[in-house]
Amino acid sequence: MDAVPTVDWRQQIHPILRAGNVRQVAYVPDAGHIRLIEACHADPTMRAIVLTNEAEGMGVLAGAWLGGQRGVTLMQSSGVGNCINALSLTQICRFPFLALVTMRGEWGEFNGWQVPMGQNTEAAFKGAGVIVQRCDHPEEVAPTIDAALALAFDSEVAVAVLLSQRLIGRKKF
Amino acid sequence: MSLDRREAVKRLLADRGEMLVVTGLGSPTYDVAAAGDDDRNFYLWGAMGSAALIGLGLAVAQPAKRVLVVTGDGELLMGLGGLASIAAQRPDNLAIVVLDNERYGETGMQKSHTAHGTDLAAVAQGCGFPRVTTVTDESELDRTIRDIRSAEGPMLAVIKVTASEAPRVLPSRDGVEIKNRFRKAIGI
Repeated sequence: MDAVPTVDWRQQIHPILRAGNVRQVAYVPDAGHIRLIEACHADPTMRAIVLTNEAEGMGVLAGAWLGGQRGVTLMQSSGVGNCINALSLTQICRFPFLALVTMRGEWGEFNGWQVPMGQNTEAAFKGAGVIVQRCDHPEEVAPTIDAALALAFDSEVAVAVLLSQRLIGRKKF
Repeated sequence: MSLDRREAVKRLLADRGEMLVVTGLGSPTYDVAAAGDDDRNFYLWGAMGSAALIGLGLAVAQPAKRVLVVTGDGELLMGLGGLASIAAQRPDNLAIVVLDNERYGETGMQKSHTAHGTDLAAVAQGCGFPRVTTVTDESELDRTIRDIRSAEGPMLAVIKVTASEAPRVLPSRDGVEIKNRFRKAIGI
């Protein structure tokens, strides 16, 4: 059993996005992101946009950037495969892109259906031209997301931050 | 009854003012280019199913400007769930025009789902769009053009067009260029 984390990383993400002037947060609902999704909905400076499919996030973020706003997308690893062709938009137009991805299928996973996509999340992103960074420990989350935000929007590249299942904790069935 | 797609798009974009335009891949991209290139056009050549969602992000970011997505039935069918996501946000400055020829024109004019009974205006209405219409004649087109300019949206208008192939008018395929010139044109 993991020790109780000393850093509450779940509380740290929203202030970083806000400080980074993120105005649109497009997400597919996910238990690992629940606190962040609630914080984005409660923030009058942000527009939280619920999606039916992760691929929609590439379109929304591209539109946001065309209109002068920064957007971030939230998803679970199971949705990354849905994004591959839509990421051609991000890559060919060189849109800044940041995805925060909660991982399944890699650490004490109960539901085997999560394993194929979870084990291929990093490779799928890399194959689509997305830079992948990973957080396994609570103290890594804030600096990694802060740096990923700068990388995505200052260098105008696509970045995904994977929040590992070990970090999030096993899902209880 | 159906309209000519080139004529319809030309009229949609005449005196467009500050309107921002996103085009779905294939014929709608060529139709909008044929009506006259403009720095405030964002042309898609891929990412099928994304056009309406780009319109959503843009409409949220630029609430004081009208945003028009011009796409085709096949392109919209690939991203139908996006209509529900748009309806949930209710961007009142967003209009989506579907040039519905009931065909996949880019791949050899195979019949699309709208030829088999799918009603995209009804789908949008079912998703929660407050304003939908299906245009089959000139007077309905005139009314729809007025609504696109000023009515509270989001709206979706299906314009039934003939399955004819107009000569291709090809705008830039340089995604970085069309992105940067679009942002510059609106002062970003």
